[in-house]
Amino acid sequence: MISRILTLIYKELWAVWGDKKSRFILIIPPLMQLFIFSFAATLDVQNVSIGVVNRDNGERSIELLARFQGSPVFSHITYLDSVDQITPFIDNQKGVMVVSIDEQFSRDLDASAPAKVQLILDGRKSNTAQILMGYASLIVNQFSQDYASVVSVTAPTTTLIQRYWFNPNLIYYWYNVPSMVAILTMVVALLVTGLSVAREREMGTFDQLLVSPMTPMEILLGKIIPAIFIGMAGATLILIAGIFAFRIPFSGSLILLYISLFVFVSSVVGVGLFVSSLSNTQQQAILGTYLFLSPSVLLSGFATPIENMPHWLQMASYINPLRYILVIVRGIFLKGVNTEVVLENLWPMAIIAVVSMLLSSFFFRHRLE
Amino acid sequence: MNQTNSNRSHDSFWESFRRIKALVIKEYFQIIRDPSTFLISFILPAILLFIYGYGVSLTITNLRIGLYLEDTSPEAISFAQSLTSSPYFEVSIGQSRQELEDQLMRGNIRGMIIIPQYFSLFRGGQEQLAPIQVIADGSEPNTARFVQNYIQGAWLSWINSENILGSERGRALVEIEPRYWYNEELESRNFLLPGSLGIIMTLVGTLLTALVVARDWERGVMEILLSMPLSIIEMMVGKLLPYFILGMLSMCAATAAAVWIFHVPLRGSILLLILVSGVFLISALALGLLISTLAKNQFVAAQAALVAAFLPGFMLSGFLFEIASMPWPIRAITTILPVRYFVSSLQTLFLVGNIWPLILYDMAMMVLISGFLCFLISQFTVRRLD
Repeated sequence: MISRILTLIYKELWAVWGDKKSRFILIIPPLMQLFIFSFAATLDVQNVSIGVVNRDNGERSIELLARFQGSPVFSHITYLDSVDQITPFIDNQKGVMVVSIDEQFSRDLDASAPAKVQLILDGRKSNTAQILMGYASLIVNQFSQDYASVVSVTAPTTTLIQRYWFNPNLIYYWYNVPSMVAILTMVVALLVTGLSVAREREMGTFDQLLVSPMTPMEILLGKIIPAIFIGMAGATLILIAGIFAFRIPFSGSLILLYISLFVFVSSVVGVGLFVSSLSNTQQQAILGTYLFLSPSVLLSGFATPIENMPHWLQMASYINPLRYILVIVRGIFLKGVNTEVVLENLWPMAIIAVVSMLLSSFFFRHRLE
Repeated sequence: MNQTNSNRSHDSFWESFRRIKALVIKEYFQIIRDPSTFLISFILPAILLFIYGYGVSLTITNLRIGLYLEDTSPEAISFAQSLTSSPYFEVSIGQSRQELEDQLMRGNIRGMIIIPQYFSLFRGGQEQLAPIQVIADGSEPNTARFVQNYIQGAWLSWINSENILGSERGRALVEIEPRYWYNEELESRNFLLPGSLGIIMTLVGTLLTALVVARDWERGVMEILLSMPLSIIEMMVGKLLPYFILGMLSMCAATAAAVWIFHVPLRGSILLLILVSGVFLISALALGLLISTLAKNQFVAAQAALVAAFLPGFMLSGFLFEIASMPWPIRAITTILPVRYFVSSLQTLFLVGNIWPLILYDMAMMVLISGFLCFLISQFTVRRLD
């Protein structure tokens, strides 16, 4: 039995590795994606162009605008001559924000009356707009406080000491690269398993397997083991790139990480086989894979936090293996979490793996008979 | 002479029309016989719209933070109260520093605020400011930044309210009046759903086409087609026309769902929206055709479509992540992605209206890229015939 499974494993690996294009597609795209997306996927805002309308032109407003100019967030500041120019400026996306200061500004401040700064933001990019608004209000508030302490109104007596743990400089790719280890591994493992059975069905070689002296269980194992192997190899490749090329700090245990990745890949392979067992053609298998892939990436907590989602979608995310492995991978890389935290997130993936494999073996047998 | 010439060209036009029609009919049957085509053109878009409409929200409401008061002076309690009454935070009061650190490690809280023992001591002094420690979980930078910004905002408004209570003169000297144009309520789905239409069109345009044509190569159907008296242009048109129609139908369904179910405003003209979508769809189809021509194998085509179309649509199109903030090599890559221009046009047409200069520029770029892709396709297809 062992030797029969081994033969099948060898054949499976050869089917992927023997073809030059398949080999290429398993190695190069994941690495390319790792590099591009790790730097692209940031919700932080830098280098944006903004517009300024200054109808005041007094000393105070120029002082305030100088602070905007000094900030690294705003790379280019366009001075608009009148309020009429704001609409075309925003509409044609010349900038996301316009700072508008009215003619009363310096006069109000000197009279210690509240002065107003209007910020016009492009709601088409609501997210960028909100973050910019955050930066702009920090600048304005700081200005307001400094001015207050100069004219000695009231200075604050408390101060905030703000720190970021686990990633003190808030480097975004420290977050993206560990997440990519999980996401790209999932893509590779899912496509390999999703297609393996469907391709054989389409080409008719699956029937040949069925008439061979192998039991359905052996055939299934012969599909599962090489897929897990390829998934783990993919994960290792991305891990090496992450640790050596990106120099992401690795503070946890490598063994724990590998155990977790193994359980994760098994659960993904289970889902892939399940998709495979339901589809007749490769096209159906690929589409089924996408059907699982896109929601699970979107609802994994990678791009937006899970607690922002409505309650019932949070419930649905409990059956998403990516949700758990993201916590583990990030935790092991950056936080050096202990075994207990890993186990908490490990057992749900183990259940998903077992259930999906049982389901797919049921469907295989069902269809074979 | 002239007469015969024009007759001949007239004939050849009808001939070519007849040939394309035959090919379209063949594709039509292939489409309606496979349920997976229906799945990718209507079910998957519906699921994606649903997720973007409900699941992907960038509006933060309940940030879980921990609070530990080592000092229980009136000021410290007053600050703590201003936090617990804020709608942005879900504050849990910790019994010890250790407990909060453990919660932060597990990811149960996003950040913690500690008011240290020496808070009142410092507050009495003239020279030093009384410190409030704010620690955010940097392993998730986006949320960490939100935590720090929101806590800072809560702190500033606390100071202002304290000052108003304490003295008459102290109030914020400069007031900020933010105005979010075109999306006043800052509804996440109003800008996410138009952008996600770009991804939906990519699915039908690039993924489906790449798979279908790759399958035809795999099964040898393409060789048969190439050996027929069809010009390459005729073949491309006949092959792509059914998918073009399918993509436009899918786009219309998705737009209708966005407007009627999710109540996203559509402020521009529908005709212009259809025109822009058509232009984008051509570039998406061309990319799909190019992938399949190069791959000739469904597994490779699926992976390539994922890398070249689906993930860039999600990550590099500017609908979720700001393009201006990316490093320059990645910004350079985005300039050759049709989806970037499509997303910009979609957001403008839905939320702002017909801003002609912007939309014409976007369309021109998409046409340019499609032209280049078609050139590449004809190059590679001709070589294969040799």
